[in-house]
Amino acid sequence: MPRVTAVTESCGVVVEIGGIPIRLRCADRDFVRQIEERYAGFLSSSNDVSFDFEIELASKGTESGDDDLRLVLDSGRWLMERGDFRAQWNPSTAHGRIQQTINPYSLDSVLRIVHTLLLAHKRGFLLHASSAIRNGRAFLFSGVSGAGKTTMARLAPPDAALLTDEISYVTRKGNSYFAVGTPFSGELVRPGENLEAPIEALYLLAKGPKNKIEPIERVAAVRGLLGNILFFARDPEFVKLVFDTACEFASHVPIRQLTFVPDASVWELIV
Amino acid sequence: MKNSRYVARSTAVAARALGDETMVMSATNSTLFTLNEIASVIWAAADGVTPLDQIVANRICTQYDIAPELALKDAETFVEDLAAHGILLVSDQPVAGPANARGVTP
Repeated sequence: MPRVTAVTESCGVVVEIGGIPIRLRCADRDFVRQIEERYAGFLSSSNDVSFDFEIELASKGTESGDDDLRLVLDSGRWLMERGDFRAQWNPSTAHGRIQQTINPYSLDSVLRIVHTLLLAHKRGFLLHASSAIRNGRAFLFSGVSGAGKTTMARLAPPDAALLTDEISYVTRKGNSYFAVGTPFSGELVRPGENLEAPIEALYLLAKGPKNKIEPIERVAAVRGLLGNILFFARDPEFVKLVFDTACEFASHVPIRQLTFVPDASVWELIV
Repeated sequence: MKNSRYVARSTAVAARALGDETMVMSATNSTLFTLNEIASVIWAAADGVTPLDQIVANRICTQYDIAPELALKDAETFVEDLAAHGILLVSDQPVAGPANARGVTP
């Protein structure tokens, strides 16, 4: 008599951000539905994916996303670990595995990390910045928490397409840089639009008594940019890559300081 | 008589000249340094085989209005400071290359 076995099939969904389709598989259909809802504007029907991740939901865990992230490259595999997830990813086989709590923010964190690693080799980066497209050109508003990223997104006029209020996605094509919409949202809790446009300018945000845009020295621009680029890996080659990328970006894209009063009038300067 | 000192840029850094200044980032801890115009001259000349006093005499004292003794003293303070951060390597012997430079202690 043949043995009776139970087969658990995982179902999958493809999330495409910045033109990189990543398949996420999980045996828990409810969680897959959560993924579909969370990344609704960024789903792809393509079977030709760049990377494949198997997600295993842990029944127990500290569920703390506040713990420090540990990210190391070990024998060609990236290992990432935080209180609420543990993941490994092999770029050469294009496969990875995520063990996480059911919290969808954990998956969001893993995707952000994976994209920072992928973008670094393409001379792009993720940036703590809100961004929007206006008149076919993208504008980025960068700063630390409380600098006004979400405020700028919230004040955006109706003709501006919001790409993100929290994490901007920057890609390089030739000597041009593009901003791409992401589902990574901040306080606005609203995913960006799945669009892209050439970057017109990056503004480093400061709040003040009146709206003004001021030029800043190249060194200050690079320093400000580096202070807001997401990079988690401490691998020396990776650090060099990110540094060079920031310097290159600053030599091609105007970086200025935007001092603003938090009302809609600031957008009169963003044209 | 004081021995010559040799300085070499660490291999564990990323650096970029931006105008007259130079930005240097430690690849091991991501610390950023901004070198002013004169510090950038020393940085660019820190090839491990040119003595520091020659760099000061030929690259700084010929370009800037500064007394040689003072310039050398400032330069020594500067290189010791960067060496303490692992950005520059300082040695009493020429530093032949990156592989040799790793073992040099300030």
